[in-house]
Parts: sequence; structure tokens; C-alpha cells
Amino acid sequence: MSSEDLQETDTEARFEFKKEEKSAFKSEKGLTEETIRVISEDKDEPEWMLERRLRALDLFQEMPMPTDWPGQPDLSEIEIDEIVPYIRPDIETRGGVDDWEDLPEEIQDTFDKLGIPEAEKNALSGVGAQYESEIVYQNMKEQWEDKGVIFMDMDRAVQEHPDLVREHFMTSCVPPSDNKFAALHGAIWSGGSFVYVPENTTVEMPVQAYFRMNSEGMGQFEHTLIIAEDNSEVHYIEGCSAPKYSAFNLHSGGVEVFVGENAHVQYSTVQNWSRNTYNLNTKRAIVESDGTMEWVSGSMGSKATMLYPSTILKGPGATDNHITIAFAGEGQNIDTGAKVYHNAPNTQSTIESKSVAKDGGRTNYRGLVHIADGAENSSTAVECDALMFDNDSTSDTMPYMEIQESNVNVAHEATVGKIGDEDVFYLQSRGLDDDDAKQMIVNGFIEPITEELPIEYAVELNRLVELEMEGSLG
Amino acid sequence: MATLKIENLQAKVAEDGGETILRGVDLEVASNDIHALMGPNGSGKSTLAKVIAGHPAYEVTGGSVTLELEGDEFDEEMPDDLREWDLLDLEPNERAALGIFLGFQYPAEIEGITMVNFLRTALNAKLEEREELFEEGEEEEEDDEDAGYETSPMEGPADEGEVGVAEFQEILQEKMEVLDMDEKFASRYLNAGFSGGEKKQNEVLQAAILEPEIAVLDEIDSGLDIDRLQDVSNGINALRDEQGTGILQITHYQRILDYVEPDYVHVMLDGKIAKSGGAELAEQLEDDGYDWVREEVYETA
Repeated sequence: MSSEDLQETDTEARFEFKKEEKSAFKSEKGLTEETIRVISEDKDEPEWMLERRLRALDLFQEMPMPTDWPGQPDLSEIEIDEIVPYIRPDIETRGGVDDWEDLPEEIQDTFDKLGIPEAEKNALSGVGAQYESEIVYQNMKEQWEDKGVIFMDMDRAVQEHPDLVREHFMTSCVPPSDNKFAALHGAIWSGGSFVYVPENTTVEMPVQAYFRMNSEGMGQFEHTLIIAEDNSEVHYIEGCSAPKYSAFNLHSGGVEVFVGENAHVQYSTVQNWSRNTYNLNTKRAIVESDGTMEWVSGSMGSKATMLYPSTILKGPGATDNHITIAFAGEGQNIDTGAKVYHNAPNTQSTIESKSVAKDGGRTNYRGLVHIADGAENSSTAVECDALMFDNDSTSDTMPYMEIQESNVNVAHEATVGKIGDEDVFYLQSRGLDDDDAKQMIVNGFIEPITEELPIEYAVELNRLVELEMEGSLG
Repeated sequence: MATLKIENLQAKVAEDGGETILRGVDLEVASNDIHALMGPNGSGKSTLAKVIAGHPAYEVTGGSVTLELEGDEFDEEMPDDLREWDLLDLEPNERAALGIFLGFQYPAEIEGITMVNFLRTALNAKLEEREELFEEGEEEEEDDEDAGYETSPMEGPADEGEVGVAEFQEILQEKMEVLDMDEKFASRYLNAGFSGGEKKQNEVLQAAILEPEIAVLDEIDSGLDIDRLQDVSNGINALRDEQGTGILQITHYQRILDYVEPDYVHVMLDGKIAKSGGAELAEQLEDDGYDWVREEVYETA
């Protein structure tokens, strides 16, 4: 997908289309033990996975809905009993075909419009594409398979790599007890990606997963598990979108990343859910000695997002970098941030957050940096900048610091500002109209993010921001 | 070719009870002419510059600002309604499209946008807006015959703009040489972290690229060392000599006028043009200050 192609495509039309729902299996609305058993049986899962699901369901039912965080999105509209948690699309090959041509026409057409097959050809090592609750396409270039790299759908990994999955799946990284939506996720997860990179292996081009919700009133709960062994390197990109419906949709993904010694994982997200979607995810990484974790997140869409990718710096010399951008327009509350736990000496973290709010939208930065006693010579630098277009919009910054070690270096900077009238006038006096001037200022404001992304994604992100600015998206 | 005509212009700060700053300014600047506008602090020079460009912080309470275009760049003779533009009716970007340029005393710093990206975007925006302005005029004439067309066949794809990346690089390089600017400028963020002198060079560079009919330069010489003053002056002279731009230069000092020789010098006092003359007037002001002008004006008044 060249940047020129992208520029010529009508991005709005690419996201805002709906396909008639055709499913092979669709669960009842709501969440009961019976539903969980039926899903697990439809997937032909081993007993241990069913047990984990049922334990998670118990936890979900015990835990209260979060309601008392300052400035948090209103979640009262979410009624789990109204959600269809599981829709298996009508394709013959479980675990995904490896040729787009083998997909039913409407699904193939969906991903064509999203530009995924084109991107795969030009810039990616592998692609997984999820439609509703399951992966429908999964492929990786042969050279990586030969080196022992695994990139497959999560359901199939449960069957084919039970030892790895059993050890890492929602145990030490994201246990279901972490929060109510992690528990929900643990009970009804379906689809997602499993990535395994062996020692001393660098996957040179990114692998990408794309998650598409097509049906009204459904929930999508994909699980992503990435294991990067010592001295390995991989860049995983996820994209997501859905057409807009009047009923709400729920997306509650779970992401677990294990970064081995001296390994390097970058996890990039461009989230473009429709404005009726609640996006409540739990993402976490555990980093061993001298390993590096990088989170790059662009949150454009959704009605409400609550997302705080977190990193546990477990081994000495481990590094974490967070870059996050959030954009909230009318009726949106995008509550994002980052969490970093420095649990070993000589660990480093940087968090850079940029948010833009307009037309009464709200963005929050909510972050935590914890430096444990004994994590000597560690350093953290947090920078959060918020840009507001008007007085109706809101932006809050809530950076929490828990520093238990004295020999550390802590830097924190936060700015909240309105878009400058003088800046706009300066650009206008050069020929840009009011909208284009503001657009340019926003592009400059988020530039540190776009320069981190692969070119195709940077262009896509800019296009999405443009659409947000025009107020024409979802 | 064009003439900027300012007649009895009055303006105040745009808020309730805002201070009146311009109290009836009369001034005419034509292509190929260099005017120097001098005057003590607070006399209204910068306000005049901003009002010409359409700054929203000021409200015009009387008078007019008109731009008269001459049709030599068009194939056929220009119809009257496209010849005379009431700038006060237009947005700042529309004024820019017609050929008004404001060189800022304190240019904005925009992070994250490279010079080359900004300049090409601005040039294309100007060309596009210009086309729209002239089309609108034509459409009004042809109203009965045809509902008009949406885009001109001259326009490329929307995102590409009329001037492509490669072509623009050439234009930029050429103009930067005139100003003796380092190539690295092109990839730096717009004014971000620029020294005072670099910012002023950049203002002149922008004028050179946008090729305005009339450039109003607000204290372009303040904060410049002698080398840079010469570079900037060369740039300003080139605007006039190569593009025929009319210059209205606001300054406190004779110094720049040694390099950019004005055809006319005006003195502003208390929101009005108090006295006009030739280059010799500036020298007199340098020697004697403004008091004698004030005395002269109030004696006759």
C-alpha cells in the first residue's frame, strides 16, 4: 500500500460500510456459564481452557463496575446481557485461510477496502485478519516460518502449542483478576494472535493483525499473546474498525507480551472504532534484563476508550517507551495513559502522550510510574501534552508517581493548551484557510507519533486525523 | 501589478471598550514601490499591518482597504468585479491569495511541521484559493447560463496540489540561495528554535515563494546583525526587482534603509499618517527624532 494509493482512497468510505451478517455460529445474547460452555465446545477446547474461562466468569460477576475514577467515561450504558459475545463467521477453514481468494466474497471485499492485502504484499512479514469473533485469514512469509517464527490465530495456538499457551495465557501477565473487563475477556475471549519469536531472531518487517467488527450489538474479545525470546526482535501492528450502529458494541481485548533478555518488541495500534463502540482493553508486557518494550497507540475512534498499556520492567537494564495519541470529538471520552513498574535496577522508561479534544470531546491522560525500593539508577521521563480546540472540550492529566527508591531520576512535564489564535492567524496569512491551518497545527502536534510509525500507518493516521477534524468520521 | 489603497482607516481592539488605535489612515502602496513607515512606539504601525492582513484581534470601525489588480497577467482584460477587492470583506487567507503578505515582527513557531512541507502547502493553498476567488466572480457573471463547475481541470489531485514536490524543491533551493540560507532550513520545523535573525530571513523567504503583490514587513530589521541585515535586505530588494512586489516596510531605524532604499517615507503619529516624503525624511528622523513632526502637525491643526 503506497502512500499515494492511500491518499487517493476515500478513507471514510473504507471504514463506513456494512456487510450483511452471515454466521456459522452465533451465541445467545448475554453471559452465562452455559454460553461459556457452548463457546468452548464450539472451539473444541481442552478442559484447562474451559476451567480458566469459568474462573474468569466468576471473577467478572464478583467484581464491581469501575465508576469512581475521576473523569472516567460513563459505562452505565454497557449491559453485558445485551451483547452477543460470540459470532463465528461462515467460513470452512477454522484458524484462517492463507489465501484471500478463499474467503467468502463479502469478507474478502471488507479487507480489500481496508487495504490489508495490499499492505501485506508490500510492507509486512505476516497478516492475521479477524472478522467478528474469529481469525479468517492468517499468513506469514515462508522465510519466517523456516526460522521457527510462529504467527497464528490464538484459538489454533491453544490446540497446537498447549504448553506455551498454558504457561503464559492470562497467568503472570494479565490475570483475569486484574480488572472487571480483563475478567470478562478471560471468560469469553475468542480469536486474536499468537506470536512466538525464537532466540536470536529478528523479524525484519512488521506483522499485522486487523480486527473488524461487522455485526450490530456484538462484542469482540480477541486475545494477543506475544513471546519474544532472548535477543529477538519483532514489531506487531494492530488495526481495528467497525461500521456504526445505533446499538452499542463492546471491544475488550487482552494483550500479553513477554520480552526476553535483550529482546525488542514494538506494539503499535491504530484504533478507529465507530462512535458506538466501548473500547476497554487490558495490555501488558513483562520485560527481562536489557529488553525493550515499545507501545505506540493511536486512539481515534470509539465512544469511550479506557486503555493504559502497562509494562513491568522485571530485569535490570530493561527499557520501556510509550507513545500515545488520543483524539476526542463530540460525545467521545478517550481515557488513556500508561503504566510502568520499575522493579529492577538500571531500568528506564519514557512516556510521551499527546491528546487533542474538540467539539466538546474529552481526553484524559491517566498514568502511573512505580519505582520499587531497590530499583537503583532507574530513570523515568513523562511528558503529556493536551491540545484543545474550544472551551467546550475538556482535557485532564492525572500522572501518578510512586517512587520508593531515592537514587533515581524522575522528570515530568505536562502542558494543556488551547490552539493558539496567533498560530492560526500566522498560517492563514500565508494562504491556508481556518480549517487547514488548524489541521496543520494538529499534524505538527502529533508528529512525534507519526514519525515512529511505518510510513503506511503514518499516512493512515494523518488521514484519520483529517477526517476527525472534518467531523465526518463514524 | 496592483495597488493597495487605504482610505481613512479606523480600527480598535476587538473587545468591549477596546482602545481605538487607527484614527483615519490614508496610504497607497503600488507594485514596484518601496515605502518605509516609521513612527514612535504605540503610534499604530503594527496594528495597521495586522489590520491589512485581517487579524481578528482588531475591529475596523471605518474607512476602507482596497486592492486594485491590473489585468496584465490575465489573457483578456479583467472585468471590473475582479479588478477591485474590498479586503475588509475577505478572510486572511483570501487576502493572501490575492497577493497580500504580512511579514511578522514575531513569527509563530509551529512544531512538527517542516519548512518545506509548510511552504509547499501554503503555496498550493494560495494558488487554489486564488482560482476559487476568480471562478466565483466568473460564475456570478455566467449565473444564467450555467451552474458552474466544481473544480478546474488545472487542479491536480487534491492532496498533491498544483506544485508537486520535485518542482517545489527547485523553487525553494533557488530562493534560499538569494537569501544565503543554509539548505538545512528546509527540513527544520517552522520557526521552532530559530534565532531572531533566522526567523526574519524566513519571513522574507516566504514572501519570495508566495510572490505577493504587496508585502507589509513589520520590523523585519529588528534583532538582525549586520551580515544578516544584508541578506535580508538583498531578499527584500529581490522581491521588488524580480517579482515587482510593492513593499511597505515598518521600521524604527535608518539602518535598513541604507540597504533597502525607500521611494517614500511616512511618519505615523497617534494612529494617522502625519507626514510623508522621500528617503531624505528618514534621515532627518534619524537625526532629530519625531518631536518636530509632532510639533509641525499640531501647529497646522
